[in-house]
Amino acid sequence: MKDLKTACLLFILLTVLLGGAYPAVVTATANLLFPHQAQGSFVMDKNGKVAGSLLIGQPFTEDKYFWPRPSATADFGYNPLASGGSNLGPTNQELIQQVKERITTLRVAGINGEIPNDLVLASASGLDPHISPFAAESQIPHVAKARGLSEEVVKKLVSVSTEERQLGFLGEPRVNVLALNLKLDRIVP
Amino acid sequence: MNAYSWMQILFLFIALFVLIKPVGYFMTKVYQGQWTIFSPILRPCETVLYRLAGVDDTDEMDWKRYATAMLLFNAVGFMALFAILLTQSYLPLNPQQMSSFSWSLAFNTAVSFVTNTNWQAYSGEQAASYFTQMAGLAVQNFVSTASGMAVILTLIRGFVRRQTAALGNFWVDLTRSLLYILLPLSFVAALCLVSQGVIQNFAPYKTTPLVQATTFEMPKSGAVGLQQLKSVAVKDVSIPMGPVASQEAIKELGTNGGGFFNANSAHPYENPTPLSNFLECLLILLIPGGLTVVFGRMVGNSRQGWALLTTMMILMVIAIGVMSWAESGGNPLLRGLGVSGANLEGKEVRFGSGGSALFSALTTGTSCGAVNSMHDSFTPIGGMVPLVLILLGEVIFGGVGSGLYTMLAFVVIAVFIAGLMIGRTPEYLGKKIEVREMWLSLVIVLTAGMVVLIFSGLALILPAGVSAMANSGPHGLTEVLYAYASAANNNGSAFAGLNAGTLFYTMTTSLAMLIGRFVPAVAVLALAGSLASKKYVPPSLGTLPTDQLSFVLWLTLVIIIVGALTFFPALAMGPIIEHLLMTGGN
Repeated sequence: MKDLKTACLLFILLTVLLGGAYPAVVTATANLLFPHQAQGSFVMDKNGKVAGSLLIGQPFTEDKYFWPRPSATADFGYNPLASGGSNLGPTNQELIQQVKERITTLRVAGINGEIPNDLVLASASGLDPHISPFAAESQIPHVAKARGLSEEVVKKLVSVSTEERQLGFLGEPRVNVLALNLKLDRIVP
Repeated sequence: MNAYSWMQILFLFIALFVLIKPVGYFMTKVYQGQWTIFSPILRPCETVLYRLAGVDDTDEMDWKRYATAMLLFNAVGFMALFAILLTQSYLPLNPQQMSSFSWSLAFNTAVSFVTNTNWQAYSGEQAASYFTQMAGLAVQNFVSTASGMAVILTLIRGFVRRQTAALGNFWVDLTRSLLYILLPLSFVAALCLVSQGVIQNFAPYKTTPLVQATTFEMPKSGAVGLQQLKSVAVKDVSIPMGPVASQEAIKELGTNGGGFFNANSAHPYENPTPLSNFLECLLILLIPGGLTVVFGRMVGNSRQGWALLTTMMILMVIAIGVMSWAESGGNPLLRGLGVSGANLEGKEVRFGSGGSALFSALTTGTSCGAVNSMHDSFTPIGGMVPLVLILLGEVIFGGVGSGLYTMLAFVVIAVFIAGLMIGRTPEYLGKKIEVREMWLSLVIVLTAGMVVLIFSGLALILPAGVSAMANSGPHGLTEVLYAYASAANNNGSAFAGLNAGTLFYTMTTSLAMLIGRFVPAVAVLALAGSLASKKYVPPSLGTLPTDQLSFVLWLTLVIIIVGALTFFPALAMGPIIEHLLMTGGN
């Protein structure tokens, strides 16, 4: 009986400490040291208006933009309220069918040669903000054409937007699609 | 699988080995009640907590009272979390005005977090308020981890102490684990994660305009059939916010694994960069690794701890290697269509197949269960590795506390079998292994496996079980097997295509989690009690040395054999058949 009382009291005290004080202190410290990150890494467009978060991908479909990866989120792709992947297994016919349709779309847009895997396979979060450098390069022709820019200019933009492996060996090289598209919008409205 | 992926793995283990010794030494000091650098601040806090809760910290408990205290504390935690989930809509810090959980989902979720499983049949950003996340779920992330640490501590004391019933004080072990170890480490880890982009705030969800508006087809209300769709324009989206970093840190450190968001550690707000991914991998391994050092220190022979760590490392490295190979090889069915490279379905570009395979092996070898990629979309062999790691009983580092105590049960079995085979006295660390210890060890090792096979069998013959599969054929079988493996072994990751929110699955997985957590834990305490009551037998010529490579290899074999005998038929019908179908082009 004494142990039951102790269990209740200790649990309440620990809840106050771990569920109240701890997150509160972390929040205060984090917002002091890293306010931009703690608040969601939001970015502005050329007019100084919030254009989204650098970490949350957006659905671009127009030719003048670089396209992100397919997204399996509910209702519409890149729905931030429904993060998640397709969960389709590797032998699932639905997956194969989806990939075929996506390949057709890419071919129509003039992407020739080998298809970049990330442009036809959906991400785990459905919000992946990045594409591979290969996927970005393959899209240079259609973006350059739609914007009336030379491929050289767009290529340069892609190469300065490419993030290398962190610390030289962690993760994969990648291009942030929103950041790249915002840069394009700044150059040619 | 490129050179960078190997470097990433290599550096992770270097970092781990650099850290576990100081962390293990520090933990040992804390548990032995010695003065540490945090003591000037934390000792007074500890004393105040004891005084307010009525704890006498010199009071030693026998195994039965220790087990009662552990179960009572977990029961109180369960009731509190269950109540919070059921009344969420009336509680504060709910800017999105989320409704309360249904009773079955609340039951499943409360069981899941109390048992350190963190199986999630709900979607975080749509169902859980900030209050629920931090005062309900994250509190359990802390205390269920500390419960596991307390249980392993008694087992170590069982080996160390002689002819006594006293095994320590549950309240003290719990409080010290939390105050000195989990809280400071989580605080530092949370800040590191924020520096990489993990969010930490209490703001309502942020509505932001899309740079390019989009549209989607939605069925008209009241319409039947696919024809009647209407086009809905989306000009802006709502981006979830919340105190994520504070929860993310303890989620990995405590091998809990319950994501703030539905996509878990694949979500860019939970795991934004390759460096945050590396850090999260390190956090998952840190305490299970550190506990092997604590074990070695407390039993007075560090080599005993290193032997266990080596066994874990052997199995872990094999698992990482096989999975990386399978995932980077890509999907042959897609390569035929002209698609490049690795199997990136359900993976994030920033991690690639290397960072995803690494995380997946760690999260399933330990009982963490956080995911940074969707296991359901892995290649058959790539998806079988996490399943096997879970089915082996969560001993390859394993959950905080639970991994090491299950491993020690395997050691007892290995010592016993070896004793029978080569005619040596079955004893370990100076304690004779007799019938009672063998029985308890078998309960610890085999409970989860029995639960997995019985429940999977049940699900496969009942319509309620079969109808929830997202993929048909052998992949569907793997989904069901994975669900019960994950629940019974308190992992919490999923082949997430399975619709686990149905009444059938919420109830059966809840039961699997409870049995898989508390039956072995109580058996461990009984084992500790039995060992502590024994005399010390000094090692003789007839004693099997347990701190040498030959024993490490023997232990590895025993673990693999027990796992293979239990699960090979099920694996053959699931992932292995699927692999053959895929490589055959079907």
